[in-house]
Amino acid sequence: MPASLLRELNSLLGSSNVLHKNEDLVLYEYDGSVEKARPDLVVFPHTTEDVSRIVKLAAKYNVPVVGRGSGTGLSGGALARGGGILIVFARMNRILELDLENARAVVQPGVVNLDITRAVEHAGLYFAPDPSSQKSCTIGGNVAENAGGPHTLAYGVTVNHVTALELVLPDGEIVRVGSKHGDTPGYDLCGLFVGSEGTLALVTEITVKLTRKAEAVKTLLAIFDAVDDASNTVAEITARGITPAACEMVDGWTLCAIEDYIHAGFPRDSAAILLIEVEGLREAVEAQAAAVEDVCRTHHAREVRIAKDDCERDLLWKGRKNAFGALGRLAPSSYVLDGVIPRSKLPQALQQISQIGKKYGFSIGNIFHAGDGNLHPIVLYDPRDPRQFENAIAASHEILSYCVELGGALTGEHGVGMEKNELMPLLFSDADFDLMRRVHDACNPDSSLNPGKIFPLSKGCGEIRVRKQAETLPAHV
Amino acid sequence: MGTPQNIPGAVPVYEDFARCVHCGLCLNNCPTYRLWHLEGDSPRGRIRQMILVGNGELPLSEGFVGHIDKCLDCRACETACPSGVEYGKLVEHARARIENEYQRPLFTRFARNIVFKRLLPYPSRIAFAARLLRFYQRSGLQSLARATGILKLLGLAEREKLLPRIDDHFFFGELGKTFPAQGTRRARVAFFAGCIANVTFTKLNEATIRILTANGCEVVVPSEQFCCGALAAHAGVRETARQLARKNIAAFAGGQFDAILTNAAGCGSTLKEYDHLFSANEPEHAAAVVFSKNMRDVTEFLATLGLVATLKETRLRVTYQDSCHLLHGQKVREAPRQLLRAIPGIEFVELPYSDICCGSAGVYNVTQTEAALDLLKEKMDYAKATRAATIVTANPGCLLQLRAGAEIHKTGQNVVHVVELLDSALKQQVIP
Repeated sequence: MPASLLRELNSLLGSSNVLHKNEDLVLYEYDGSVEKARPDLVVFPHTTEDVSRIVKLAAKYNVPVVGRGSGTGLSGGALARGGGILIVFARMNRILELDLENARAVVQPGVVNLDITRAVEHAGLYFAPDPSSQKSCTIGGNVAENAGGPHTLAYGVTVNHVTALELVLPDGEIVRVGSKHGDTPGYDLCGLFVGSEGTLALVTEITVKLTRKAEAVKTLLAIFDAVDDASNTVAEITARGITPAACEMVDGWTLCAIEDYIHAGFPRDSAAILLIEVEGLREAVEAQAAAVEDVCRTHHAREVRIAKDDCERDLLWKGRKNAFGALGRLAPSSYVLDGVIPRSKLPQALQQISQIGKKYGFSIGNIFHAGDGNLHPIVLYDPRDPRQFENAIAASHEILSYCVELGGALTGEHGVGMEKNELMPLLFSDADFDLMRRVHDACNPDSSLNPGKIFPLSKGCGEIRVRKQAETLPAHV
Repeated sequence: MGTPQNIPGAVPVYEDFARCVHCGLCLNNCPTYRLWHLEGDSPRGRIRQMILVGNGELPLSEGFVGHIDKCLDCRACETACPSGVEYGKLVEHARARIENEYQRPLFTRFARNIVFKRLLPYPSRIAFAARLLRFYQRSGLQSLARATGILKLLGLAEREKLLPRIDDHFFFGELGKTFPAQGTRRARVAFFAGCIANVTFTKLNEATIRILTANGCEVVVPSEQFCCGALAAHAGVRETARQLARKNIAAFAGGQFDAILTNAAGCGSTLKEYDHLFSANEPEHAAAVVFSKNMRDVTEFLATLGLVATLKETRLRVTYQDSCHLLHGQKVREAPRQLLRAIPGIEFVELPYSDICCGSAGVYNVTQTEAALDLLKEKMDYAKATRAATIVTANPGCLLQLRAGAEIHKTGQNVVHVVELLDSALKQQVIP
């Protein structure tokens, strides 16, 4: 990295907003995933103009730029795979405008997801996308990865709650897409940029929709002695036309780790639990809850508990949302996968995952958004044994391939990043990639933004890649 | 990972560090991350640095020491951590390692040596220093220093505001006494009086004894008790902490107490973890386990025992700031709130972000004054917004910090300990 670039960044941002020493940079080579990549410089902009100037400098020196929020991502999306400048948005964390009357908030990308809700809950509003990491993850990261969460089932993912974006393009130009209210004439560019994993532009301001809290909510915990019974319950809830706000499954083994953390009185001997939430108008909620309970009992639920107050409800959700971390209690390292299957195929998918685990000698925990078929198998391994790590990766590839085979997808909400880019040809043809590449190149022609993500780099079944990306990257990636 | 030598007591192993799955769920719960948004000043980043330094992949440099020093050791990350990382143990170990292997600047070494090794362990020296300070505060010297602006010149103006007011009489005189229960004896407890608290929180200690005896507790204040060693342990001065632990374990042994109580959450957290100061194969370990198991915070004990003394109606809007070492260190959240609600007429409002440290954190407000004052400012903004007349908390350090905050930010709020509020609501005041 040229010394003059560091000098210019220092004079642009002040030295307290630039990290360049190895001892600081090593703390930005990880995120929540199993991937690693070290940036050459880390910078903290405070304004959109800062970002634009940083990007222009990067272009001048021909170094790549990658955006990052809190670094809770699970696919390595915010890691500087090709080195270069990592732009950490954590200090761009102001809520710029709260328009409660029209249920909109305008925020900087470094605002923490849950802080949006905390700022508006007094008015009976909240920000609906609720990834499990919502107490730490930033809205900028949510936009980049098009994050979902348990309540995605009823409310949709991030893209459904973003109405406008301010963006910085790789040449430093500042543009706006979408609009605060109503539809935007022309292309739905907002939809294009949400979920683009920082490969098309850097997001510097986000206008989000706020959702009104439902009049009533009921949270049910159903405990099952057989995983199949739980899976069949999910299938039948859907078949009966009931739309819960959330429908989550946790296997019995994972549940024990969660119980160790929150002491919510979860059973230690169950095969699986379903956490089902229904909400809406009071009368409808009563009827739906009764119907859900009926389905659970039909499928041999050992017990169905209904949270009696907000406190109990919060505890149940706390358990679910901390599940991934709670598995840290069982093994030194864990690898969280993110695959999607048609929900009707849940029972067979779970059986196959367990088989794959056995084949490689792993215990695999299962936590997932059962309602929309978004699986999160978690492979527990010991990173001190390099073979275990390789096997964990191999097992995950096999599981994801199986998801695709069942008619599903490679990711439900964690993004492709540098974790699954090589698997993309399982889903897309050369022609598909060609279109994606043209979209990519229209915004990011030199692959200076977040190189090495989404598109496969090695020659596999998908022959067409982003050629310039492969050239940007050093040989070792 | 490599284990450094010469750190006595329980030492964390690979699995303790590996529990951190770097999910980042702790970040926004960490006061210093919230201030600076630097990974190096987040729990996840600090753990990663400890691992890298332990493996020899990073030097034990000024940078590392800076990030570890800036940690409040508030342990909010432990509450946030789903994986059960025992961060407090890890950071204390890192500090012990720094104490052993890193050469601090001369003045810092001198000051640390005086405070942790030469002052706090000796009650007579605490009393002597307190008399000096009292002279400064009462003789007009303080007003003079404040008026002339010499404090500002020395860069001590803010720090001087954080100094506790020295009491007219010291609690040291009560050591060795037993206070009988009022009415039927429901429990026999020992009271851990603290060190500095003996000269600055005499009234709090007296209130603690009054509220306990009024609720049927016989209170013994063993004479041969010393500083708990929390400040030394948190600073990595482990041998001093161990010596103090040995003395206190001996002082409270064999008294047939239902519980040993403290009104200082910071002390309580360390007292409850005396067993960590000794490794399992050391002879003191077993006694430390017994001691720690019997240790309770006074709010925790009273809430469990149940109040029987009649409390008079107190029309007051109050809010509660969680003391970190009660909430995060000891996992006690409901007990103080329950006691406050038990006072008739009290209007209790939650303080937003009450689980975030006020910046007191032992000696943190002296060693890292700027950060401590930044945290305090945010705290007082939220406190003011609650429109509570009184801010209640559960630890002497927090009391000092919040009182300074109320003064600096002119919120006009009174700051008291849970026990003091209960005591003022006691119908019949009993003088111990």
